[in-house]
Order: sequence, then C-alpha cells, then structure tokens
Amino acid sequence: MADSKPRVKVPKSAKAGEVITIKTLISHTMESGQRKDKDGKIIPRKIINKFTCEFNGKKVFECDVDPAISANPFFEFTAKVNESGTFKFSWVDDDGTIYTDEKKIEVN
Amino acid sequence: MNKYLKIAAAAVACATVLGVGGLMADPINETLTIDGQEMVSRTKAPEGHPFDEVYSGWLFRTEETRALQTDTFNNPAMLGVEVGEAIWNTVDGKEGKSCASCHGDAAESMKGIGASYPKWDKDANRPINIELQINKCRENNMGAEPYPFDKGGQKELTAYIKHQSLGTPVKIDLSQGELQSWWDKGKELYYTRNGQLNLACSNCHEDLMGKMIRADHLSQGQINGFPTYRLKSGGLVSVHNRFRGCIRDVRASFPKAFSDELMALEVYVTWRGTGLSVETPGVRQ
Repeated sequence: MADSKPRVKVPKSAKAGEVITIKTLISHTMESGQRKDKDGKIIPRKIINKFTCEFNGKKVFECDVDPAISANPFFEFTAKVNESGTFKFSWVDDDGTIYTDEKKIEVN
Repeated sequence: MNKYLKIAAAAVACATVLGVGGLMADPINETLTIDGQEMVSRTKAPEGHPFDEVYSGWLFRTEETRALQTDTFNNPAMLGVEVGEAIWNTVDGKEGKSCASCHGDAAESMKGIGASYPKWDKDANRPINIELQINKCRENNMGAEPYPFDKGGQKELTAYIKHQSLGTPVKIDLSQGELQSWWDKGKELYYTRNGQLNLACSNCHEDLMGKMIRADHLSQGQINGFPTYRLKSGGLVSVHNRFRGCIRDVRASFPKAFSDELMALEVYVTWRGTGLSVETPGVRQ
C-alpha cells in the first residue's frame, strides 16, 4: 500500500469524567529493514516509529514503535474526558513525514 | 499410587480433556452483529439441503477471531475494501471510464447485488461470479484488460462490491439459463472423492462438520464471507483460491480458477449457504 492514511474512531459525545475507548489505525507497510529483495539487497527500513495522541494540547498517549510491529499498526487505548475538545493524533514516519488526524468530542 | 491406578487416573484425565474438547467443538450459539447490524449467521436450510440448519463459518471460529468481525474498524480486511473503493472510482482503459462513471455510488447501485451471484451469463453461455462480471465490464465497457486471477485489485474490488450487500441473505436464482445443470455438476463434484487422501468436500464439511481436524474446527464450508481475510496469510482470499487450497490439501491436482469445475462448485456451494447474510469481508483463521 503506497499511501499511508490514518483512521481514527472516537465517540462523538461523552459524559464528563467518562472513560472512552479510542481506536486508531494507519495503513503503512512497516518495512522492517531486515528483508531482502530478489537481487539480495536489503530493503531499507521504513516504519512508523512514534505515535502520539493529545487532547486540548495535553498528552494523553504516546508510544515508540519498533520494527517488529506488523503492517498497518492498530492502537487502542482509553482516555478520561472532563471537557469538550479535540483529540490530535500523529504518526511519525522514518522518512520524517508526520501523518495527522483530528477528532472532536462533545462532553455534556 | 501403584502403576494401574496411575494409568486409570491418566485415562480419566484424558477423558475429561476430550470431553471439554468435544463441547468446545460445537458451533457457538451467538448472533453476529457488525457495527450494530444483525447478521443471519444461522438459518433454516433450503429444501433439499442435507442439513436442517445452515451455519456461517463465523460460528466456528475462536472468540478473538470472531471479535475482529463485529466492528468494521477492527476488521483488517476493511483496508482491502478501501482499496477496492479507490479502484471503483479510478478511470482505467481506452474508454476513459471508471466503475463509478456508469454505476455511480456503489452503496446505491451495488446494494444487494453480491448476494445473488453467480448468475447466468447469456453471452458466455456459462455462470459468472462477481470477479468475471468485473472482467466482462472492463473488457466490454471500459476497454481495459481483464484482471488475471487474484491480481491487479480483483480481490479488493470484489470485496468492495460484495461489502455493499452486507447483511443481505444469499439467494441465487437457479432458474436462469442452464444454471440448474451447473448446480447438478457442482453437487456431483462436492460428493466425489478426490486426490491421494481420497476425500470429498462432503467428508469434512458435511459428515464431520463441527468436529476437530487436528487443530482446525470444521465448518460447513460456507462462502458467504468471501473474499475473506485469513489471519494465516494476512490478506484477502478469494473463493476460487480457497477452493484450490482445499483441493490441494487433499493432494489432488487442482483445476484453474474460473474453470468449469470451480464455477459449478461455486454455484452449488453458494446455494448451500442460501439464507445466510453476506458477511464480506469475513475474518477467518
């Protein structure tokens, strides 16, 4: 898959103080750097190496990603929300590209 | 403990383990819901069917595998379906058309379509499935090359088209053309022993349905979830690929994809799943 497209699932609304589940998925080959092509040359490593999630500028979740993670990495985690706001997600590629996505949530 | 007692104790332990294994081998009694939409995963079999009830393969899988299918966000095959959607909207061939140029929004135009294939094709004088229908469209209307088997986006586009029928019960119309005679041929193949292991489809998927074949839980071999995602290969698998795999596993020489044999088998096996919801893309072991 040539393009890396992020996808995020966040509930549209929640009660104050509720713990919500967030699911994220990005299409990415996650080339480990260990494989060889048919001429015997090593295929250069190209993976997502970091994933972060912020809520209204405050870090909620962060993780480093290593070459053993398979293609199209999927992260699921929970967060407690006290106020309405925006979740910002970012995935950092080895080549420096940062893929981002945003989701708003209404807290009442 | 003397020697004989030990043996007896071991036998009891074995029996307990086997007993539990026997219970676990039954298909579960649950309803599959995908994003809150209820699927028909067990239903009364059509007339003339060897079973009283037909079961979706979903009921035979482990809890973890089943869970992957209940939410399209978790379903790894949905990436393939998205690729299929991109192909749907991409212009290809000399006529400068995409699928969408004629068919518009697939959510409207392809709704329920996948549940009624294979259909009789008058021009070719044989049944066609979604894959062959795509190729026919590509050749006749788009001026594009037909997809070789399983290549070029065939699986993804097929999955995208069939996904538009998610939840629609499978129903093929055997009165079209000579479809009934292909059904007969498919039935004969289904019950014919084949290969070095000398097994027919029916030996596993009918006689031993619900039992374990080593670590694998034998289902009815329904194809309502195809193209399906297999965790084993980490990708979409087409019906004809699965047929070929099964025939290879009984150590027989396997027919070409879309050959008369496999098309007849597809007609017959699709009929065996009459009434089950289209689950495309399913998730299996």
